[in-house]
Amino acid sequence: MAKNISVTVKFWKQNGPKDAGHFESEVMKDIPDDTSFLEMLDIMNEQLINQGKEPFVFDHDCREGICGMCSLYINGTPHGKTERGATTCQLYMRKFKDGETITVEPWRSAGFPVIKDCMVDRTAFDKIMQAGGYTTVRTGAPQDANAILIPKEDADEAMDCASCIGCGACVAACKNGSAMLFVSSKVSQLALLPQGRIEAAKRVKRMVAKMDELGFGNCTNTRACEAVCPKCETITNIARLNREFIKAKLAD
Amino acid sequence: MWLFNSSVGRKVVMSVTGVALVLFLTFHACMNVVALFSKEAYNQICELLGANWYAIVATLGLAALVAIHIIYALILTLQNRKARGNNKYEITDKPEKVEWASQNMFVLGIIICLGLLLHLKHFWYNMMFTEIMGSHVANTPMPTDGFGWIVVTFSNPIYTVLYVIWIVAIWLHLTHGMWSSMQTLGWSGHVWFKRWRVIGNIWATIIMGAFLIVALAFTFYPDALGHLPGKVLPF
Repeated sequence: MAKNISVTVKFWKQNGPKDAGHFESEVMKDIPDDTSFLEMLDIMNEQLINQGKEPFVFDHDCREGICGMCSLYINGTPHGKTERGATTCQLYMRKFKDGETITVEPWRSAGFPVIKDCMVDRTAFDKIMQAGGYTTVRTGAPQDANAILIPKEDADEAMDCASCIGCGACVAACKNGSAMLFVSSKVSQLALLPQGRIEAAKRVKRMVAKMDELGFGNCTNTRACEAVCPKCETITNIARLNREFIKAKLAD
Repeated sequence: MWLFNSSVGRKVVMSVTGVALVLFLTFHACMNVVALFSKEAYNQICELLGANWYAIVATLGLAALVAIHIIYALILTLQNRKARGNNKYEITDKPEKVEWASQNMFVLGIIICLGLLLHLKHFWYNMMFTEIMGSHVANTPMPTDGFGWIVVTFSNPIYTVLYVIWIVAIWLHLTHGMWSSMQTLGWSGHVWFKRWRVIGNIWATIIMGAFLIVALAFTFYPDALGHLPGKVLPF
């Protein structure tokens, strides 16, 4: 049976990247605990609008955990304390206690400037992808599925890497503002497959160069990223990225 | 140059210098353990590593490694602070699997540097440097009498406490640094990640444990170690 809880939401307000920003809070009464966290924020915004206040801005899209759009830093954890492997939209009010104060912050990193409130600009990730996160080899007509044999383990591993949705929780959690888990997942998803091997060296150099240029920090292997990744990417990917990068540079 | 321009390259420099320093520490720990068994053997090593050209060259090489490791640590830390941005989180919840040491390598590094200064004063300035300069002070152990200098140093309990803090800081630094260096060099995967963690922890514990035992032994049983008549080690 669902029960109703009351919470205080302490949320971040900020008008653009230059603004200093501040917290505001709103008391939410009698919220059914099977409400999702984003639905609760929708209710809060209705409440704010009815009071003549400006609604709270946050990113969201599919609300089924696959798009990577939602990005809230809830009570000190990116995406909040969801079940393992889920984003903010899969967080439910039953995870909170009655009377609790919930602190909602944006991803804080120089690489992700705030657009408004808790909506941040993650264009940097797109730029990294544009730098090399693709294949350009001419593959000709569709091949037979068994023309290029790929070990099951490699295929599975590549698929796991490809499941990274680019939400940026890794950067948000990292004390160094490093994007290595994202970049390494995107390098790995292609590096593990024969089709991606052809441009592997070029790709890793370009993507790392772009990541550095955009001002993301240096990875110090704290593992904070993999602890919060909603898609359970691991730092094994980062080791693979390092290996690919060092190999590519030594071959130059 | 990619070892300077790229984030991965800078980390490679950190790990290679770090691994070299761990190898040096391993040698140093083996050397120290000799002092527990034989004063003569230990002082023979000290003489070998005194003001000889090869020992001086090695010392300079070591100093260069330390300097590079520190300079890169400074650069990386400053860049990382900038990348983090000026806005700090109101609340940060540290995930369980994130080790304290991994997030405080720079702080540990500062403690290690301070300890190193004290250590260089005790065992480099008083020994190799004094021998080179020929500035031996009367009523102190000879520059090649390493054993004598250990006894003098650890006769002061304050130094023992400082050395213990120092050794613990290095141990913490290594428990993260050792597997981390292999991860940075790309020699890690689902299996080797776990192996390196175990190897790193055991290795760090053995060498830092050796340093600790020597420090404590000289604090509490200096006479027995010096083979004074009637004094026997309790272990």
